[in-house]
Parts: sequence; structure tokens; C-alpha cells
Amino acid sequence: MKTLVALSLAATLALSAGQAFAGEDSELVIDGETFVTKLDAPADSPLAEIISGWRFRSNETQELQTDDFENPAMIFAEYGEELWSRVDGAEGKSCADCHGDASESMKGLRASMPKWHEGKATLFTLEDHINWSREEHQKAEPWKWESQEMLAMTSYIGLQSRGMPVNVATDGPVAEWYEKGKELYYTRVGQLDMACANCHETNYGNMIRADHLSQGQTNGFPVYRMKWQGMGSIHRRFKGCMDNIRATPYKRGSDEFTALELYLASRGQGLSVETPSLRN
Amino acid sequence: MKKLAMTVGAVSLFFGVEVLGAEAVAPADVKIVDGAIATSLTGVAGDPAKGREWFVGRKLGNCLACHANSDTVDQPYHGEVGPPLDGVAERWSEEQLRAILVNSKQALSPETIMPAFYRDSGFNRVAEKFKGKTILSAQQIEDVVAYLKTLK
Ligand code: HEC
Ligand code: HEC
Repeated sequence: MKTLVALSLAATLALSAGQAFAGEDSELVIDGETFVTKLDAPADSPLAEIISGWRFRSNETQELQTDDFENPAMIFAEYGEELWSRVDGAEGKSCADCHGDASESMKGLRASMPKWHEGKATLFTLEDHINWSREEHQKAEPWKWESQEMLAMTSYIGLQSRGMPVNVATDGPVAEWYEKGKELYYTRVGQLDMACANCHETNYGNMIRADHLSQGQTNGFPVYRMKWQGMGSIHRRFKGCMDNIRATPYKRGSDEFTALELYLASRGQGLSVETPSLRN
Repeated sequence: MKKLAMTVGAVSLFFGVEVLGAEAVAPADVKIVDGAIATSLTGVAGDPAKGREWFVGRKLGNCLACHANSDTVDQPYHGEVGPPLDGVAERWSEEQLRAILVNSKQALSPETIMPAFYRDSGFNRVAEKFKGKTILSAQQIEDVVAYLKTLK
């Protein structure tokens, strides 16, 4: 990525004609269900209001997400559903063999991610849970973080929590991860010498060249992004933001990105999970 | 670029003198005093037309990422992160503008989001290909300063 403040021209071109940003006051309704895309922040939050990234998108992009037939991210969730009952690994089992109906067994999981894993005694993202289960229960190869299979499965499992409020734990063994994530959020990095907070806390709502800055919430991930012409994980987005400020990004799945993911999720407590959502 | 530098090197060796005028001041040697840099970084007058190009260019100053400016309404997308730059020449002297560009953290406020455009060290986790480099060259800074001086 070579642009200075990194603004994805290619993506915006597709939408530039008549681009409108009137959508900050719209409500997200899918299948008659109204999502929480904005709420008052608790007193200890650095934000006055907590706002979903959906609100900052153009009317056109917003609208695509209200219709599951139009939302290209849903194709990934459908592929995930297929994989759910496909046998894989040396044990000859599918996810469904152990977990049954995902709409019951996986309900609420995405809303609590990332989460402490007792067995491994570490903080696990949804991707970590999936790969752990593949190795442990299916005796199957782990999926690559950004593989189509992983994105499909995180979309499908995430969909089972759609509409539920983000609700991550930040206490107990996870507290030090939270602190680490918070530190990373406020640390300036790269040649442009910026922290996440410079764009997403102090400047959300402002245009940065062609981009309308949001609060950098994670409730919609994985997202289908037009610029990517495909689906991407939360960590892919973090990497993109770090590349844009000319910093060396952390690796997907690294402790740093996992800590940052926890911290961001905690800043979005109460927003509805929108997985899988759509971005330009 | 490499070729050019080699040619210039060869030429100055041959003549045994600096043919291109004063060398640019290295980023570490630039002194900001009372929010200003009194002398040009290169000794070569800035070119406002080029300065406008660097100001607009996404891979260069990309000033429009954060600032709006009426003189460049022909360019799509002006940012809202910084103040509009209309009339900036009335608010700041040339020496102050140079300092704001070189290192806004020193010239304006340590808290500012505005990048330092002529600084090459002291960063955290800089991407490999930008290590030891400044965002703009010394002459590009002078060009942008010359352009900003036209914004009355
Ligand atoms: C130079 C400005 C800038 C900085 C610094 C920055 N981002 Fe971003 N970020 C953007 C832009 C622009 C977008 C796309 C529009 C939007 O959602 O804000 C974005 C999007 C995001 C999103 C997606 C939000 C959504 O709803 O789709 C997340 C998450 C995010 N950033 C996290 C981070 C994190 C974590 C950091 C620090 C490591 C960071 N950003 C640093 C500019 C920045
Ligand atoms: C990432 C955002 C960003 C970028 C890129 C940026 N600026 Fe700024 N600039 C700001 C902000 C914010 C301020 C206000 C100072 C502060 O932070 O309090 C500012 C202030 C200024 C001022 C003083 C303005 C006044 O009216 O008092 C000038 C002059 C200026 N910038 C010029 C430039 C030029 C020229 C460039 C490109 C070479 C540039 N800026 C790039 C964010 C930016």
C-alpha cells in the first residue's frame, strides 16, 4: 500500500457516483429485526456513544446489508453451513457430529469473542476455537487464518449470534490481555506516527480523504469488503490500518492482534453482532 | 534516481566543487526555534506549482487527506481531520509554515495527528521500506511552503 493516508481509491470509485453519507441516522433492519447500531456509552468509556461501522457507510452499502439475498457476505456463510456438516480429518467427523444444530450450539459464541480458553490457558479468537476443535476433535489440519474455509466458518458461526449484543469478558485471567490491547490502541506507530485512537476515537465521523472514519468497531466481522473483492477477518483489517500508516503490522493470530481484538470488542459492548456484514 | 545521483557525484568530483548549491539540511540537524525554522532547508527557492502537486498527491504530502482547501476544489475528496487551509499564509509566516511541515509535533502540539513530513527517525515499528526515510524530501518541503504562501 503506497498511498499516504491510505485511502482506497479503487473501492470508492465504484461507489463514488452520488455517494451519500446521510446514513448516520438510519436504522439497520434485517428481516424485520432492528439491530442496535448506536447506544449511549457507559460512564467509564472513552466514547460518548457507541456506533456500529454500518452507520458510517454510504446509503448504497448500508442497503445491501439489509437484504441477505443482496449481501455478498452471505455466500460465505452458506459455504460455512456446508462445511459444518462435511466430514473432515482422521476421526471421520463433521462439526455437526459433535455440535449438532449450529443455530442452537453456536448461538451467542461470536458475541463473546475473544474468550479465555481453559484447556490452553490463553485468550482464543473464534478462529483459534475453530482450529483447536479441528485438531482436537476431528484430527484435521488447521485452516489458514485468511482461508476461504476459515472465513466461511467464522461467517456461519457468527451468523448464529446475529442480533445479539456484543458481550465480552475483560476480567479474571483476561484482564492483562485487555490492558495490553488498550496500550496498543493508544500507541503511535509507523512513519505517519498515528495510533488507532487518532482516527477511530478522536476523528470518527470525519472524512479522511475519501473515507468516512468510523469508530473501528468489530461487531460486523468477518466482512465482505468491495475493495478486497472478498471476505476478510478482523486481523486483516488491523493489518490494513497498520500498513496504511506505514507501520510493520503484527501477524494475524498474534498475541498483539488478539489483545487488540479483545480491547476493541469491549469498546463495542452492547452493539448487535452483524456478522457477516458488508463494507466498501 | 540512482543514476542521477551518480552523475551529479561524478560531476562534482570532476569540478571539485558543489555544483548544485548548498546541500539539504539533514532531518536530524533541523532546529525548530519558537515554532519556526528561519532558513530554507535547501537554499533553493520552493516552486509553488510543484508544491501544489505534492500537496494533492496521494503518495506524497496527501495533505488533502486531512485538509480542505478552495484552491484545489478540482481534486476529489478533501478531508475534515485538520482545519481548512484557506488563508493559511495570513495566519503563519513562511518560517512557521516550514516548521509545521517539518515536525508538527514540535511546531503545533505533541498531540497532533498531523504527520511530521521531514523526520526520519524515532518512530515505532516503521515498515521496512520507509525506515530511515522522510515522507517528503527537503526540496519538496520548500515547494509546499512556497505553495502555502500563495493561500492568502
Ligand atoms: C489513518 C487513519 C487510521 C488509523 C490510524 C487506523 N485506522 Fe482503522 N480504519 C481507517 C479507515 C479509513 C477505515 C475504513 C472506514 C472506517 O470504518 O473507519 C478503518 C476501518 C477500521 C475497522 C473496520 C470497522 C468496520 O466497521 O468495518 C477496524 C476494526 C479498524 N479500522 C481498526 C483499527 C485499529 C485496531 C487501528 C490501530 C492498529 C486502526 N484501525 C488505525 C483508518 C485508520
Ligand atoms: C492525518 C492528518 C493530517 C495530514 C495528512 C496533514 N495535516 Fe496539517 N493539520 C492536521 C491537524 C489535525 C491540524 C490542526 C493542528 C492540531 O492538531 O491541533 C493541522 C494543521 C495544519 C496547519 C496549521 C493550520 C492553521 O490553519 O492554523 C498547516 C499549515 C497544515 N496543517 C498544513 C499541512 C500540509 C501542507 C500537509 C501536507 C504536506 C498537511 N498539513 C497534512 C492534520 C493533518
